[in-house]
Amino acid sequence: MNLLDTLLRCAAALVVFLTFPLIIGQTEHKVMAHMQGRLGPMYAGGFHGWAQLVADGVKFAQKEDIVPAGADRRVFQLAPAVSLLPYLIVLLAIPVGPDGFVGQAVDAGLFFVLAVMGVGVIGKLMAGWASANKFSLLGGLRTAAQLMSYELPMVLAAASVAMAAGTLSLPGILDAFEWYWIPWQAIGAFVFFTAGLAELQRPPFDMPVADSEIIFGAYTEYTGLRFAFFLLSEYAGILVVSALTAVLFLGGWHGPLPDDLGWLWTILKTFALAFVVIWLRVTYPRLREDQLMRFAWTVLIPLALVQLALTGVIKVAIS
Amino acid sequence: MSVLFAAAGPLEPAARSFLSPTGVEIVFLLVGVAVLGSALVAVTTKQLVHAALWLVVALGGLAVEFLLLTAEFIAWVQVLIYLGSVVVLVLFGLMLTKAPIGRSPDADSGNRWVALVVALAAAGTLVTLMVDAFRSAWIDLGAGGGSTQATGTSLFRHWVLPFEALSVLLLAALVGAVVLSRGGGRGTAPAPRAGRLRAGKPVGTPGRAVPPPQAGPDAGAPKPADPAPAASTTPPQER
Repeated sequence: MNLLDTLLRCAAALVVFLTFPLIIGQTEHKVMAHMQGRLGPMYAGGFHGWAQLVADGVKFAQKEDIVPAGADRRVFQLAPAVSLLPYLIVLLAIPVGPDGFVGQAVDAGLFFVLAVMGVGVIGKLMAGWASANKFSLLGGLRTAAQLMSYELPMVLAAASVAMAAGTLSLPGILDAFEWYWIPWQAIGAFVFFTAGLAELQRPPFDMPVADSEIIFGAYTEYTGLRFAFFLLSEYAGILVVSALTAVLFLGGWHGPLPDDLGWLWTILKTFALAFVVIWLRVTYPRLREDQLMRFAWTVLIPLALVQLALTGVIKVAIS
Repeated sequence: MSVLFAAAGPLEPAARSFLSPTGVEIVFLLVGVAVLGSALVAVTTKQLVHAALWLVVALGGLAVEFLLLTAEFIAWVQVLIYLGSVVVLVLFGLMLTKAPIGRSPDADSGNRWVALVVALAAAGTLVTLMVDAFRSAWIDLGAGGGSTQATGTSLFRHWVLPFEALSVLLLAALVGAVVLSRGGGRGTAPAPRAGRLRAGKPVGTPGRAVPPPQAGPDAGAPKPADPAPAASTTPPQER
């Protein structure tokens, strides 16, 4: 792999990182509106408001960048970057198609992805603490509690796939994929996707940013581009979690079409899952904090352990 | 990150001299200096949360060192466990107790000179041990030496007994934590009332209880239940 190739792959990941979350965001605007019997954005750009998020971006860039007087300036300003960058790095390791169609094949790719995504939490904690605002602090605390609880079922469900495939490398897992994995790993898929939603703090797991109680949690004091970065990190997170679920549990590039069109399957599955994320947001009310914790510890973790046992038994039986 | 290391070229075991270090060795030393520096700042800073954040830098730097030694799996485990969990737990604890913005006047412990002596002694012992053990040995960091497969093989072939012993130890710690958190068997904590926030007092106004009617967003929770009886009574009227 020479330097030019490396640069090209990084640039491709950056382009995906800058466009796909916007597409998901626009889809959310429109899908949510139609599910609620509205039209959503209709004017920006002309055709069904396609440029609404571009206009939002321009608006955010024009706003004044405010740091509260009592805040810890440097930590406050650094937090959005710490929250956003991990998702960009994760995108590099997600395989899109067969034969090396991946930013960088990492040997322990599964661990890499989960580890780097975990770092993004620190950015939200930094934002919550450094804002010198009690609502922000509450939001930060809820974020931390939620992530500590949901990290465990997520890792356990991912470990089940690694056991089935016998490797931690994401392209390796897809190479080993068989169609019967989908029913076999169905419980794991549910646990992983749900825990991923909670990790992103998407509704119904949006207690950390519950706007009717604590304004906007850790992001309360943010304005302008820094606030936009937090929003972007949320949508990039949807992309990453959907793509990971597609790769780990739905077979990624495998599909009826020939392997050359494998990337199409990956993208299709990713966007189908992103649609489910939006759908769940419109469907379910917010879980209360104690319900949230009870769901993680008494439902998801036992389910993940059941999946691990099932994977182990069947793996031994068929080998 | 590993993209950059791949671009930096393969490790060449041919150049075995301390006087002509390879690029990777120079980077290793520089990252080591950064880790040492951030660790020093972490223990000397007067701002509690900054100390935890400098710890993030130090632990992340250690992960990079593992990467440079081609121990990829260990590096990601370091990030997942220490950055993703331990530091988050530390920050969580700090925010729950006291973490003022700015200097904490009581951040200095009276034990700091004793701690310094212990730290220096431990560092001296370890450095002496390492230097003595590997005096001029050259370990070839060939491709795949620290891969997941190699780590797993050595862990579960040669070190499986210590591994299992450690997991039993951790299980014991886990059970102990559960027992401690249950309050020494004095019965369980009262269950939270349904439909209300559990916060007894609003933050910042000590002594004032939450007015029950506006207890939270869930005050409107009974609403969905209301139309149900109405809906069940209407059909008989129509009939």
